[in-house]
Amino acid sequence: MNLSVELAGVTLKNPVMTASGTFGSGEEYSEFVDLGSLGAVVTKGVANVPWPGNPTPRIAETCGGMLNAIGLQNPGIDVFVKRDIPFLKQYDTKIVVNVCGRSTEDYVEVVERLAEEPVDLLEINISCPNVKEGGIAFGQDPRAAEAITKAVKEKAGQPVIMKLSPNVTDIGEMARAAEAGGADGVSLINTLTGMKIDIHKRTFALANQTGGLSGPAIHPVAVRMVYQAAHAVRIPVIGMGGIQCAEDALEFILAGATAVSVGTANFCNPYATVEILDGIRAYMEQYGVEDIRELIGAVR
Amino acid sequence: MTKRKETAGVLSQEPLAPGIYSMWIRTEIARDAAPGQFISVYSKDGSRLLPRPISICETGEDRLRIVYRIAGKGTREFSAYRAGDPIEILGPLGNGFPLQETEGKRVFLIGGGIGVPPMLETAKRITGAKELTMIMGYRNSHMFLKEEFEAAGRLVIATEDGSFGTKGNVLDAVRENGLEADVLFACGPAPMLKALKAYAAETGMEAWISLEEKMACGIGACLACVCQSKEVDSHSHVHNKRICKDGPVFRAEEVEL
Repeated sequence: MNLSVELAGVTLKNPVMTASGTFGSGEEYSEFVDLGSLGAVVTKGVANVPWPGNPTPRIAETCGGMLNAIGLQNPGIDVFVKRDIPFLKQYDTKIVVNVCGRSTEDYVEVVERLAEEPVDLLEINISCPNVKEGGIAFGQDPRAAEAITKAVKEKAGQPVIMKLSPNVTDIGEMARAAEAGGADGVSLINTLTGMKIDIHKRTFALANQTGGLSGPAIHPVAVRMVYQAAHAVRIPVIGMGGIQCAEDALEFILAGATAVSVGTANFCNPYATVEILDGIRAYMEQYGVEDIRELIGAVR
Repeated sequence: MTKRKETAGVLSQEPLAPGIYSMWIRTEIARDAAPGQFISVYSKDGSRLLPRPISICETGEDRLRIVYRIAGKGTREFSAYRAGDPIEILGPLGNGFPLQETEGKRVFLIGGGIGVPPMLETAKRITGAKELTMIMGYRNSHMFLKEEFEAAGRLVIATEDGSFGTKGNVLDAVRENGLEADVLFACGPAPMLKALKAYAAETGMEAWISLEEKMACGIGACLACVCQSKEVDSHSHVHNKRICKDGPVFRAEEVEL
């Protein structure tokens, strides 16, 4: 049985990756799962300098989902390069570094720093709904998305995946903008902007007022968008959004995703990634699928 | 101290006061658990994704006890579990109280409201203190765990409504009884911890306090439950310590409340 997939010229041993922001740089979850069994670890977003993130409360549970407004707290590229990359290099998995920034210069600075580092892919976060500047500003305007993709591609030492926001009218247009800018792939969806009110305190549940909705509540929206993106571009698509189990992951693959990222499910179950991988194997056995690549985009 | 998630078994459950429940759970996690640590309890309802962090009240060789308040649908679900029911838990999580700091010293253990339970196992594990005084604050005469604390040593009580002990809060009880100590460990609502931090600074006491915040992963990955810290934190090199992993017990002067 073959589980390996080709993603922007990089071979992943299987299509199961982690979703940025839910898995740190793998250290905390390495107490529960063998990171070497995963197709790739996608790190939490890293910026050019440390970011303190938003005030608390930063999360709130909703029915079948959760809102977060962490605000991209991260140690900055210097600490990341010294500490997190060597940690991940201990494992036989691919390293995808998620990059965030407030301006084009911020993104380019991080990408340049990573060019000579032993990382396999870059995922550029132009879709965080929780920071005021940068992030989402690039992810909701196709011209801005194309421009930043171009700027990053010029300096990148690794293939570039653009992480897209679902908070747009036409996801196909955004995927095409990334492709036009030279992206080697797109990943989607980031979280959907939401709000929760604490009726007892009569205020917002999150200090940031709004946050990004993730979890199984958003899965059908994500499957629809991955399908649309996969039909809009020729570059590979990474599917994510509310994957709780192997069945949810398989929907993305059948809709056209080459790989998938597991996010919020890690909070519900620290073993989620490996259990999902086991479930994909079981499905392939059940239906006699020899090669997972037969499943990618099989539903047209 | 290996963290793990397991399907444990409920041994017993009983209400202690309106909205306050006590549950004994048979689990291997108990063997590694230290006082002041917590476990995450998962809901069986798929619409409630996040585990609920609950402090450990007592531990036995193969069992631990949680005493918790019904704060929403998740904890309401837990309160309906009966002996023999499975329960998904992750733990032990976080760092407990530094028991070695009590050796040969006069010690205050202070709990307020649903911050009372973790002080019980803490009290039981303090053996070398010069003097141990437990000060527990309740809303009213529903003084859950009172008998267990009395069995562990000297207990002073404050109630908000004055129905028992000192009328007021735990600090009112300290002052009314002219109590003194060298070290204090505390868990309770933020205003109480803030007042205790100031009190400890004024009187030159060493103080460790246990904090609470909304959590998602419970293991230090998601960065939801941070608190402002005086020192630069080890994770992001800003001033945001993670309550779940770097805490929940912190030296009082180390955190901004």
